[in-house]
Amino acid sequence: MSREGILVSNPYERITDEQVQQIHQASLQILVDPGLICFSKKAAEIFHSHGAEVAAISSSDSPSWHIKIPEKLVMQALDNAPKTVKLGARNPDNALIMKGDEPRVYFISGSETNIWLDVDFPTYVKKSDSSVEIQVPEFHPRRATVADLCQSARVCEHLETLDGYIRTVNIQDEDITEDNKDVNKFFASLNNTTKHFMSGLTKLEQLDNVVRMAELIAGGKEALQENPIISFITCLVKSPLQFVEDTTDTFIEVCQRGLPTAVSSSPQAGTTAPIKEAGIMAQINAEVLAGITLGQLVNKGTPLLYGSVPVRARMDTLGDSYGSVETSQYNIDCVQMARFYKIPNYSTSGVCDTKIPGQQASIERLFSDIVVTLSGPQYLHCAYGLLDCNAVFCLLQAVLDDAHFQMLKFFLKTPRINQQELAETMKQIKEVVATPQKLYIRYIRQVMRSGEISAPYPFEGDGESDSVFALAYQRMNELLARPVEHIAPDTTAKIFQEIPGLLPRLNVYKEGKS
Amino acid sequence: MTEDIISLIRENVIQGRVTQDDEGLDEGMVGRPGVTELIEKALAMGIDVRDIISNGLTEGMNLVGQKFEDKEYYIPDMLASAEAVGAAMELLEPHLARSGIKPKGKILLATVKGDLHDIGKNIVTILLRGAGYTVKDLGNDMEPQSIVNAVRAEKPQFLGLSALLTSTMVNMRDTIQALEESGLRDKVKVVIGGAPVSEEYARSIGADGYGSDGFQAVAVIESLTST
Ligand code: B12
Repeated sequence: MSREGILVSNPYERITDEQVQQIHQASLQILVDPGLICFSKKAAEIFHSHGAEVAAISSSDSPSWHIKIPEKLVMQALDNAPKTVKLGARNPDNALIMKGDEPRVYFISGSETNIWLDVDFPTYVKKSDSSVEIQVPEFHPRRATVADLCQSARVCEHLETLDGYIRTVNIQDEDITEDNKDVNKFFASLNNTTKHFMSGLTKLEQLDNVVRMAELIAGGKEALQENPIISFITCLVKSPLQFVEDTTDTFIEVCQRGLPTAVSSSPQAGTTAPIKEAGIMAQINAEVLAGITLGQLVNKGTPLLYGSVPVRARMDTLGDSYGSVETSQYNIDCVQMARFYKIPNYSTSGVCDTKIPGQQASIERLFSDIVVTLSGPQYLHCAYGLLDCNAVFCLLQAVLDDAHFQMLKFFLKTPRINQQELAETMKQIKEVVATPQKLYIRYIRQVMRSGEISAPYPFEGDGESDSVFALAYQRMNELLARPVEHIAPDTTAKIFQEIPGLLPRLNVYKEGKS
Repeated sequence: MTEDIISLIRENVIQGRVTQDDEGLDEGMVGRPGVTELIEKALAMGIDVRDIISNGLTEGMNLVGQKFEDKEYYIPDMLASAEAVGAAMELLEPHLARSGIKPKGKILLATVKGDLHDIGKNIVTILLRGAGYTVKDLGNDMEPQSIVNAVRAEKPQFLGLSALLTSTMVNMRDTIQALEESGLRDKVKVVIGGAPVSEEYARSIGADGYGSDGFQAVAVIESLTST
């Protein structure tokens, strides 16, 4: 069994087949000229041993190589890359099966923000009439902790539309160091959700520890290959066109282990990529193809996602503008490129530029959520709770986003128009027009209960006031109070025995648990 | 046997099934007798009409009200049940006198002149029938004089007027005036409703009551019945 996600039956296409071909050709040219600069010795050696033109760059301080990847290597890699990728889960029913040519969308959280936004509802009194009081939400940013990561995993476990969990925040507790961060973020997340878990790795040395942890949970090495409950995000190519050392080395190691990985590139149009759509598209596609090629050279057949996080720069700050309309355009173009290669796409929507939940946040995220979903990416990440251009995560916002995706999923249901349906309703029409009241109300009843009618907006208040935040907050707390299925006690004990660096407070079976 | 048929009537009120062709709420109901078939059978068997009304229809409707309060039932369900009860009452009407039951009262309903909106009025009709009233729906776009003629002929206890347009609500006043001019105003209580009208408006045009929705329509008429 796997999760259903939502199948987009007629995916929206922004660019023509001809434009797809043009981008593809331009990317192939870029991979040869100017090629890429590579700061990873291992990667340079791998490319060299497979016939790519590799030349050491002497002028630079850190050792680096100039790599030209010939078309043949790229095309072979595209052939070898799996067209179906499975992401497993602690609960096997939560597995995600992604086919590169099937526009079935899974909605996923994201993406390691430093800031966690707390919500509070202080009461305000009206100046001209002190009998009038209202509660106004206030948002307080602070550094995120491992407890926050646990909390968001719990809520995400219960958000109906959320199909997979990417760690939401960067854990910055005092006792978290570069050395123990990976094991703690993997354990905190895996222990609080039975959905798929995806994350980046902070330190390559921790890879074996987190893989071992996953093996213990999945039930062994083979079981983990069968049901890869974890996967990795690797931004190995930094725009423009540079293989960075640490992530590329991590990527190589992950590919060697055959675990699923998103080959993610995040160029910013205007600063690290051309401001024009044609330019950023040719470049991001080249960057992702370079990563996919390296992955397939390391381990033929290793499961990879075409990871695209293109954004346009904000003109005022030159920071990322996820809320810009172009960002959605680029993302949709990438969905089409990935579908052209039949490789599942890791795409982006739902991040807003504004810093707090509110009208701008809703408008920006709902816009990108709708248009990008309609194009049919397989793995739509960053879709829950992200604000301030991906710098802030707010759990309340994640709960609000779930309502957006409920609507979208409903909207994308396949239309039920067929002969039988028509025959049944024609009978109704005849019956109703013959009655004095001429009302179809009685036929609502069964349909209403069959789930065929979309639910009302869940956070609608009564009366004249807007209670959206208050009601979503209530819902958030309800979800937080719901139990989650933790990793079993004996497995937990084994994990704490075998894996170094875990914070004792994360052990829910010990006192003083978190 | 009597018990069985009464409980079947009750269940079918809960299911909101008027005839055997109605799907009701649960699966597989189509083809089984609905409230009208069951009432006919009960009458043929000579079952006391009192028993049918209080243990079948009223009890059924009470249970439906309970389900509505428990949020298990929604307005469409209430309407379906009310429709079933209304249809049953229509069949039972000729037999009420024989059983010594005083009918609850007769109501005429109309949407006033110039106004074609009738969804609200139709819902009110169904709910009033479900509450046991005999309701005659005169239709919409009704001239004051036609309404007066109907009141004269039908001798109802209540007249319900509906209007959805600010431009037609004034025709409620005209209708009430026409009743006065015909000497019929004190023979009938006038209740009004529809989105643009209000309690104050009702008072200002000399109506006896106002109902903001279908349930209020029943409530206001019940309260005026007891005064
Ligand atoms: C559906 C509708 C129509 C349908 C009517 C279909 C039909 N079979 O009735 C159609 C499309 C035909 C229509 C036509 C027009 N409509 Co129109 N219509 C509506 C709409 C959207 C809903 C009305 C409705 O059915 N509500 C649902 C029912 C269940 O509610 P209800 O009628 O209020 O009834 C409840 C209570 O009021 C109460 N009640 C009602 N009657 C009674 C009676 C008694 C005795 C009691 C106690 C209680 C009671 O109980 C009911 C059940 O709960 C309203 C907008 C609105 N939100 O009200 C506009 C509205 C009423 N229409 C409007 C207009 C302007 C028109 C047109 C003039 C448009 C045009 N330019 O052609 C025409 C007028 C035609 C005419 N001469 O009447 C305006 C009226 C503005 C105004 N000036 O008052 C409205 C408000 C829309 C708008 N904002 O512009 N309309």
